[in-house]
This record gives sequence, C-alpha cells and structure tokens, in this order.
Amino acid sequence: MQTIESITARAIPLPLDDIDTDRIIPARYLRCVTFEGLGEHAFEDDRQQNAEHPFNQPQFQGAGILLAGRNFGCGSSREHAPQSLMRWGVKAIVGESFAEIFFGNCTANGIPCVCADPEALRQLGAAVTAAPKTELTVNLVNKTVTCGTRSFPISMQEGARQSLVTGNWDFLGQLVEVASQTREVAQRLPYMNSFA
Amino acid sequence: MATFGSRQNLFNRVWDEHTVRILPSGQTQLFIGWHLIHEVTSPQAFQMLRDRGLTVMYPERTLASVDHIIPTLNQARPFADGLAEQMMTAIERNCREFGIKLLNLDDEHQGIVHVAGPELGITQPGITLACGDSHTSTHGAFGCIAFGIGTSQVADVFASQTMAIGRPKVRRVEVSGRLSHGVYAKDATLHVIRKLGVEGGVGYAYEYAGDVFDRMNMEERMTVCNMSIEGGARCGYINPDQTTVDYLRDRPFSPKGQAFDRAAQWWLSRASGPNADFDDRVAFDGGEIEPTVTWGINPAQSVGVNEQIPSAGSYPAHKQGELREALAFMDFRENQPIKGTKIDVAFIGSCTNSRISDLREAAKVAKGHHVAKNVRALVVPGSQQVLAQAEKEGLHEIFKSAGFEWRAAGCSMCLAMNPDKLVGREICASSSNRNFKGRQGSPTGRTLLMSPAMVAAAAINGVVSDVREML
Repeated sequence: MQTIESITARAIPLPLDDIDTDRIIPARYLRCVTFEGLGEHAFEDDRQQNAEHPFNQPQFQGAGILLAGRNFGCGSSREHAPQSLMRWGVKAIVGESFAEIFFGNCTANGIPCVCADPEALRQLGAAVTAAPKTELTVNLVNKTVTCGTRSFPISMQEGARQSLVTGNWDFLGQLVEVASQTREVAQRLPYMNSFA
Repeated sequence: MATFGSRQNLFNRVWDEHTVRILPSGQTQLFIGWHLIHEVTSPQAFQMLRDRGLTVMYPERTLASVDHIIPTLNQARPFADGLAEQMMTAIERNCREFGIKLLNLDDEHQGIVHVAGPELGITQPGITLACGDSHTSTHGAFGCIAFGIGTSQVADVFASQTMAIGRPKVRRVEVSGRLSHGVYAKDATLHVIRKLGVEGGVGYAYEYAGDVFDRMNMEERMTVCNMSIEGGARCGYINPDQTTVDYLRDRPFSPKGQAFDRAAQWWLSRASGPNADFDDRVAFDGGEIEPTVTWGINPAQSVGVNEQIPSAGSYPAHKQGELREALAFMDFRENQPIKGTKIDVAFIGSCTNSRISDLREAAKVAKGHHVAKNVRALVVPGSQQVLAQAEKEGLHEIFKSAGFEWRAAGCSMCLAMNPDKLVGREICASSSNRNFKGRQGSPTGRTLLMSPAMVAAAAINGVVSDVREML
C-alpha cells in the first residue's frame, strides 16, 4: 500500500468546533450503494445557508488540506463523510481534535487527521485566508505542519501515524492474515460454543 | 473465571479475552462476537469483499436488519423512493450471496438494529459486538463491548471477524441516589452529556455505575448507553446483574436449559468488582437531575425544563462562537425560558427511545388528552415486536385517539432518510438522539431532544412542558 509521509497542498480554513458528520454530508445523500458523486455534496446544507462558507469560495477550490476546529467529525459513523471530503479534494485534515469513528474512517481511507494547538491553527488559518495560494505541508514523519518559514508541531495517534507512514493502512489485508489465530480466540470464548 | 476481588474492570477483561494480536501499528486486533448490519453502511463493504474475492468469515455471527430507509406508512414494494428501493434490493442480494440472515420487512423481528438485536437475545454480557452505526453503543446496556464502525471496518469484520482498534481508557460515570418522579433515563443521559460535553468522552469507554443505573430496567439502560457516542465516548456499558440475566431468559438467541445457567454465571462474572481500577471517575447526584431539553445544535446544549437558555457569557471564551451559532440557527434568545417554546412536530421513536417501556410512559401522558392544534405527532415503534406488544396492550388506540399517527417500525424521523421529514423551519420535540442542524430532514429544521414522556407532553400542550405537571 502507498506510504503517506507528507502532503503538500493549498488549505481551506473551517475554524468551527463540533462539526458533525450530518453537516459534512446530509443523510439524504446516504441513499446510495456506492460512494461515487459524494464530493459535490460536501457541506451542502451549510453552503446553501451561508454564501460565505469556505467551501463556496473560489479561492479555496482545489485545496487539499482542511484546517478544522475541535471535535471535528462527531456524530454518525457514516464513512460517507470522509468519502465526500476526499472526493471534494481533501487529502489531510489539521484540527484541534477529532471524533474517534471519523478519525478511524479517515485513516482507513489514507487521510491523516492530525492535531495542532489552537494558536497554530489560528496562525495557519490567517495565513491561508490572506494568501490562499499558500501551500502547507503536513509531514507525518517529523510531525510538523509548515507554512512558508513557519513550522508548528502536530500530533497523531501513534498507531494510525505508523500505519500511514509505513503504508500499512490497509487493515483488511492484515486482519485476514491470521484467520487461524482468530479461530483459536473464538474457540476459547464460551459464548462462541453456546456455553456447551 | 475472574475473581470478585479482581482489580480488572469489565471493559479490560472483555478486551483481553477478545485480543487476537497486537498489530504492527500498535493497535489491537480484536475479535468481534456479533456483527449487526443494515442497508445504509453495508453495500460498499460487500463490494469491497467482492473486489478482493473475500467471503464473510462467520456468516452465522452476522445479522442484518433494514431500518434507516424504511417507509413507515406505505411499505409496498417497490418503494416510492427509487434510491431506497435500490438499497433494499442491494441488501437482499448481498445477504443471499454471502449467506447472512436478513430481518426483512416480512420478518416479525425486523426493526431498528439496536432494538431488534437485544430483543432477540443476541446482545449478551461479556461479548464484543460491532455495527456500522454509531449508536451501536446501545448494546453496552448488557455489559457487552459494542463499537460503532465505518464501512471499511464493516468490510474488515465481514472478512476477518476482527477489527483494528486502539485501546481506550475507561471512565466510571457514577450517578448515585434516585431519579425523581417524571425524570427518565433520557434525562440522566442528557444530563451527563451536558456536564461532560460532546467531546468529553473522546479516548474513553464509559462504565455507567451507581444506584440510578442499578435500578433501571434493560430498556432504560439501553437509552443511556445509546447516547454514549453523543458524549464522544467510544462505547458505554453497564455491568451485568440479575436484571440483565432475567431479560435474557427465553430469548430466541439465549442459551437454553443448563446452558443458560452456565451462561448466567459467566455473564455475572464479567462485571467490574468493587475494587476495579479506572482511568478516571466522575460522579453525579441523580436527585438533582431534572427533565432535560436540548435548546441548541448538539446534544450537550441542554437545560432543565425550568431553566433558561444560557447566555453566551456563561460559556468559556472558546465555546461562545458555537453558542451564538446555535442561538442563531434555533432563533432563540439568550436567557429565554425553554418551557413554553412552541413546537410544530412531535416524534416518539428512534434507537434511543422506541421500546415498549418508552411507549408505555408516553401513552400514560397522552391518555385522555389530544394533540394540540397545528402539531403533527407521530409514534414509530422501534421494531415489529414493540409494535405488536403495544397493540396487544392497546397503546396504539390511546395514541390514535389522542391524535398521534401510529406508524410501522424503523428509524424514521430520527434522521429522515425515509419520507418522514421536518419541513422548513419546523421545530420538533423529539425522543431521538441528535439535534444537529438539518438532522430531521429539513436543512433548516430544528430539533429539541427530550424523553418520550416529555415529547407526549409537548405534543398535547403544543409547547415544551414539564411532564411532571401532567403525571
């Protein structure tokens, strides 16, 4: 699998807390059997209600790094949320913190969700707002996000970081490797044998 | 068997027993005892199996139900909504192809996956369970470790009966004392989320303990564990006790005869002992909890029914922007009382509050009254079993003569993937779990979360009311 060590791209700031996955992709777009076409509906209702929404602004089209707030991706476990962001163009998310199911879904799709402190996010947001063509680099190896000459530390759950930088974020491939070990665990559990 | 004096809590005991190995990333490969699926988050996972030529490792430990997109009025096939019909066809075909039992509309056990699973006796203490739905935490009511997962992980569990997951810490959330009359499990869980915040549980599994949870029946415990995810916790659980064992007796998937006695002994032995260790502890007094109502756009933005909506100044600086956004969306003012807020719609249902005891409590309030003029009220049982039991008890007649619509089982207006939706700026008193912007089907629609009895009270009075005045 592809190793994901660093992402360099323009950024889009969305400095709001507790953005839930219903807002990222409203439930009516979950009436589908594939993830195709979800990109155009990312933040659809927020965009309809707010012409100034960053996802509506021409200067941020083509951005690949989303600058988020606290507890980004809370609520529903729908993988349609990272899928819609990914298909819109998001390749990495830098936020203050992330909801856990969303974080796991992103990792499974090769999208690193990394944490930076609020002051770093404020400065990065200000920089890309002032100059939207600015490219940021999220580096998972040396654990920094850089913007021109400025560099800020980032953190990420170590297991997820390791799996991305070593190209081991295809969990399915790893999990099926040890089927016999899995069956042994199952056999030791009394409920798997109907308490016989 | 674990000893009573063990310092290991239930979560860590179950985790260790289900650990297959530690992955190179440091995450645990965890065995999953039961896998529940539904029509929304599974089709892409089945396709992932096909793409890789994989099969389902334990089809007999996998159960499918249909719930999210199910119309609650006209269920004739094909559904009027072509996209919903396509999803139904997909889960029918996928379950046939991969040998998975499907609780389809013609099955008397069909219902919301988190209502149907426990009813069938599938959810048991000491097991692990996963489902591609965040409210899988519901099953923790049985002392089961239950994780909501995304679609990629649904494929993982299909193919390997395991998932990759980092070990969370465990927080004991104690609510001592006694809930007052007219204060329900929903109020207790909304209160905990209000106090700990929507991200307070990130990194944690919640163990709910104390007199209040000990006294609850299994359905009330499910309401509490269901909302764990709204507090940010990875899962939530309550230790198994005699209430749990009694609930499980004679369920279709429960062990029978002497095997049941062996099971009961094992189940009870999973519980955290009095000396168990926790990474964190918080405590609340159950007697202080009031009927609770959300006023904002996340489940922590709530107040007691007799309190006022807070002022921005009462929040820490970093939360004030969010508070103002919520007030603007809801069109509420700071310091406005929540009681007396006019509602347009009343919804009793969802995996949080659609079980028989929820309907009984709501019916008690509705009996002999009528839904207020201009209020549209609907009751959507969580499963066909709940529906049948309610009709046996005559609850449907109470609701219907009070002016509520009595519908077929499904998720319905909790997330409005079926035809049941808010329209425009409508305000809905709802027994569901999320008051997110646009959650109930209208992008600008508004949701006030509360207990089913409080929803019934609001439906009758046409405004948010204190149900205690009607009991």
